[in-house]
Amino acid sequence: MNRILHMKKSTRSSLFTYTLVIVAYVVIQLLRAFREGGVGSVLEGQLVPICAYVTMALALNLVVGVSGELSLGHAGFMSIGAFAGCSVAAALQNTVTLDPLRLALSMVLGAVIAGFFGFLIGVPVLRLNGDYLAIVTLAFGEIIKSLVTNIYLGVDADGPQFSFLSNNNQLGEGGIELIRGPVGVTNSERIATFTAGFVLVLVALFIIFNLVNSRTGRAIMAARDNRIAAESVGISVTKYKMIAFVTSAALAGAAGTLYGCGQVTFTATKFDFNTSILILVFVVLGGLGNMWGSVIAAAALTILPEALRQFADYRMLVYAIVLILVMLATNNPTLWNFIARIREQRQEKKEGAK
Amino acid sequence: MSRIPKEPTKLVTVPSPNKIPERDIDKSPILECQHLGIDFGGLSAVKDFNMAIGRTEIAGLIGPNGAGKTTVFNLLTKVYQPTRGTILLDGVDTHNMNTVQVNKAGIARTFQNIRLFNNLTVEDNVKLGLHNHIGYGMWSGIFRLPSYWREEKVAHERAMELLSIFDMGYLAKYKAGSLPYGAQRKLEIVRALATNPSLLLLDEPAAGMNPSETAELMENIVKIRDTFGIAILLIEHDMSLVMGICEGIAVLNFGQIIAKGTPDEIKNDPVVIEAYLGKKKEA
Ligand SMILES: Nc1ncnc2c1ncn2[C@@H]1O[C@H](COP(=O)(O)OP(=O)(O)O)[C@@H](O)[C@H]1O
Ligand SMILES: [Mg+2]
Repeated sequence: MNRILHMKKSTRSSLFTYTLVIVAYVVIQLLRAFREGGVGSVLEGQLVPICAYVTMALALNLVVGVSGELSLGHAGFMSIGAFAGCSVAAALQNTVTLDPLRLALSMVLGAVIAGFFGFLIGVPVLRLNGDYLAIVTLAFGEIIKSLVTNIYLGVDADGPQFSFLSNNNQLGEGGIELIRGPVGVTNSERIATFTAGFVLVLVALFIIFNLVNSRTGRAIMAARDNRIAAESVGISVTKYKMIAFVTSAALAGAAGTLYGCGQVTFTATKFDFNTSILILVFVVLGGLGNMWGSVIAAAALTILPEALRQFADYRMLVYAIVLILVMLATNNPTLWNFIARIREQRQEKKEGAK
Repeated sequence: MSRIPKEPTKLVTVPSPNKIPERDIDKSPILECQHLGIDFGGLSAVKDFNMAIGRTEIAGLIGPNGAGKTTVFNLLTKVYQPTRGTILLDGVDTHNMNTVQVNKAGIARTFQNIRLFNNLTVEDNVKLGLHNHIGYGMWSGIFRLPSYWREEKVAHERAMELLSIFDMGYLAKYKAGSLPYGAQRKLEIVRALATNPSLLLLDEPAAGMNPSETAELMENIVKIRDTFGIAILLIEHDMSLVMGICEGIAVLNFGQIIAKGTPDEIKNDPVVIEAYLGKKKEA
C-alpha cells in the first residue's frame, strides 16, 4: 500500500487504468460464462465496438491531450484500418486458418497502412504552427470516405483485382469479393472477439503509457507546452509531433480492423465526420491526457445510445443533455486548459517571440 | 556579399573593440557577430551589430526598452533569420542552421517572458534540457529495454545535480508552472545549462527578483561560468548586476551599438548617459 502511495503520479494513474480494464474484462467474462442471459443482448453486441472505440479514444487522446494538436478526421484512419485489415483477413482465410493469428496479422497491416497515411498527412502539416492539422484531417476523413465508397476489390487464384467507380473485376473460380463499393465489406466470418478487443486495448495502453513516460513522451509534451522553448533546447518539434500523430493513426488503424472484423457488414459511411467528432467527445469528456477518463467515457458513451433506445425520437436530445450534465458535474478542468492553451497560442502568434 | 570562411578566425583579425578577458587571449572567440542586422517590414530592429565574446567571458548587452536586445538573442538562436550579416559560433558560420541545430552547436538561452514547460515537473524540465544527451530511442522507451532504465537513472542524477546549483532539488516534483517567479527564472537557466552549451544567453535574468535574490543570482552566474567554463551573454537592466559581473559590455540603442567597453568605460561614456537619460538641455 505504501509503495502505491509513494509512486509517481503518472505510474499510479497507469496502474489504475490497467486495473480498471482488466477488472472490467474479468467481470464481463464471468457474467457471460455463469449468468443466464450473459451481459444482456444489447451489451453483448456492443462488446467489440466498445473495445474499438476505447482504442480510438486512447489514440486520439495521444494527439489531442498529449501532443496538443487537433484531429477532426480520426475516423478516416479507422476506416483505412477497417477496410485494409478486413480485406487481408478475408484474403488470408484459407492460408492462415488460425483465427486469432489472422486477426493479429490483419490488425498489424491495418495499423501500418493507417500509420503510413498519418505520416503522409503529417509531413506537410506538422511543420506548420497553427490549427492546420484540424482542417487537413477534416478534409482527409471526407476524402477517405468518398474514395472507399468507390473501391471494388476482389481476390482470386491470380491475385488481387482492383477497380474504381464501377465493378469491373472478373473473379475466377473460388474468388472472393473483398470490398464492394457502396455496399462495403460483407464479412461472414466475424473473427474479432471480445478477448481480441481486450488485448488490443491493453496493447494501446502499454504503447501510450510507455511512450508518454519516456524521453520521447517528454519531448512530445514539451513541444505542446512551448514550441519555441522546446526548439531552444534542441528538440525538433515537428519530429515529436509526427511520432505522436503516426502512433495515434496506427492505433486507430488497428482499432478499425478490430471493429470491421467484428461486424457482419460495414460501409465507408460508418466512418464519417460524426464518428470523428464522437471520438473527440470521448476524449474531451474523459479529460485531455487522462487515459482512464478516455476508457470510461468511450465505453459509457458507446453503450448509452443503445440504452437510450426507449426514448425513441428524443434519444439524441437526451444524449446531448447527458453530455452537458457530465461536463458540468466534472467541471472538466482539462477542457478549460485546452481552451486557454489555444488562446495562448493565438496571443503568441500575434506577439512573436520575445 | 562574400561568405566568411569556416576556419576559426584569429582574434587579432576580429574588428572588435570588445575587451576579451586576459585568459581568453590567443584563443578564437566563441561568438562573433559581423554586420548582423534584421528588418521587420520597414523597421530595422538591429543594424550593423558587431560583437565578439571570449570563451569564458561574461558579457553584457544593455540598452533602453525596445533597443533590439531580445531581437539580437532571437537572431543568434535563429528564432529569426538575419536579413544581413554573419554569426560565427566557434568559428562556424550558422547561416544555414535552425534553432534546434544552433542549440546542438552550443548556444542555449533563457527568455525575457519565461517559457517553461508549465505542465511538466521541474525535474522533467531539466531532463528536457538533457534530451539530446540521453542515449535511448523511442522503441527502448516503449519496450522498457535496459538502456531506458540506465539512461533515465543517469538523467535523473544529472538533473538533480544541475538543480542543486540553485538549491532547487527539493522542488523537483512540482510543476514548473506552479513555481514562484524567481524560481522559474532560475529553472530556465538550469534547463539551458543542461543542454551543455558553450555560450549561454540570459535575457533579463534578474527581472522581478528582489535585491537579495539578485545578489545570489550574480554569485551563481559567476559560479556557472567558473565551473562550466562557458561564455555568458546577458541582457539586464539591473546595473549593479551588469557592472558587477560583466567583463565586457555593449550598449544598444535603436538597434545600433553606441558604445562598447569595460564597465568603467561604459559608466562614464557620455553617449551612453545621453541614451539612458536623454540629451541634457543647454540652459
Ligand atoms: N517579430 C517582430 N515583428 C516586428 N517588430 C518586432 C518583432 N520583434 C521585435 N520587433 C521590434 O523590434 C524592436 C526591438 O524589440 P526588442 O528586441 O524586443 O527590444 P528590447 O529587448 O531591447 O527591449 C521593437 O521596436 C519591437 O517592436
Ligand atoms: Mg527584451
